[in-house]
Amino acid sequence: MTKEYWRWDEKCWKDESMDPKSAGIISAGIDIGSVSSEAVLCLDGKFYASNTIRTGSNSPTSAKDALKPLLEYTGIAYENLDYIVGTGYGRVNIPFQDKAVTEIACHGRGANYMVGPSLRTILDMGGQDCKAIHVDEKGKVTNFLMNDKCAAGTGRGMETIADLLKVPITEIGDRSFQIDTPAEPISNVCVVFAKSEAMAMVKSGKTLNEVLASYCKAMADRVTQLLDRIGVEKEFFITGGISKNRGVTERIEENLGIKAVKPKDARLDPQTAGALGAALFGFVLASKKGSKKASRKGQTL
Amino acid sequence: MIANYGYMDGSGEYYITIDTDKCAECEGKMCIAACPKGLFVPIEDDYGEDVVEIDSGKVKELKYQCMDCKPTEKPPLPCISACTPGALKHSW
Repeated sequence: MTKEYWRWDEKCWKDESMDPKSAGIISAGIDIGSVSSEAVLCLDGKFYASNTIRTGSNSPTSAKDALKPLLEYTGIAYENLDYIVGTGYGRVNIPFQDKAVTEIACHGRGANYMVGPSLRTILDMGGQDCKAIHVDEKGKVTNFLMNDKCAAGTGRGMETIADLLKVPITEIGDRSFQIDTPAEPISNVCVVFAKSEAMAMVKSGKTLNEVLASYCKAMADRVTQLLDRIGVEKEFFITGGISKNRGVTERIEENLGIKAVKPKDARLDPQTAGALGAALFGFVLASKKGSKKASRKGQTL
Repeated sequence: MIANYGYMDGSGEYYITIDTDKCAECEGKMCIAACPKGLFVPIEDDYGEDVVEIDSGKVKELKYQCMDCKPTEKPPLPCISACTPGALKHSW
């Protein structure tokens, strides 16, 4: 069987110190991205549990596949969910959601929860798009810019390079720093061009680590251009799957001259920021407009 | 909120920027009728404001959608002229 070098960890996690039985409002957020899907559960507006999976071929199935194992893992019944908010690329196709909210607003709110009120700039490096977002002290979006026209600067581009060079995607960040000479420039405009240039570099005798360094640098340069359009204010935070790749994030920090902050609770995964924001929207909606639990009575996922 | 719709590609940056705080105060939303390509669509945003956004099916083609209105000899653009609160900007 061919090894899948692009594969990353799919996992369920919960905060063992919290008890869903004592919660007044249980809200769920589901972020259907182009590459990964996340489900998050909040108890009274506090992060409780999350699940991250690879997005399948259709959004309704992916939404179910993200939420159902998480409900089983936490022992929460579907009919006890007070509010379900969907977000992300596939948000309009989640059949069991109570409301859809854009991923821009959800990332703003989720990142605000993870970092705190001092957060001002978010860079979300998603599977097939990239977003630069400014937020106020409450996590409300004040300025945003999204680029989803091409895969340059996205997780999909990184997966393509992982497969091409047969390097596990989780090792790319560290390996991109194991080089003796500075990274050579490579196309940051198009993944197809970058792929061709990467192959040419391999054939010219460059080591895999040198090629990876060039690709990470190209990706960092690409998103830095995006950030330059709206400006970067401290605190600065990176969300999305690429936030786990230090080969890209540290080069972005170098370009900007600003260090990205980490979540105040190290257990929080920046990849789940969108789903967390959706669950937090769900909590607010359930508090203000009432629970939707009755509409799920007797139903299962 | 400053909402930037558009993209950056090998040929340049093509963004239409909407200041939604100004847009929400406009009752007429005359930009919708003024755009010959129907780029502007009314929505209620995530914070409950009635604003316009760029049609998601056309946002990746802005360079081409706006081409007919762009010759330099006939400024200003119809959308910019119609936007009485001054909420719209083009980046190119």
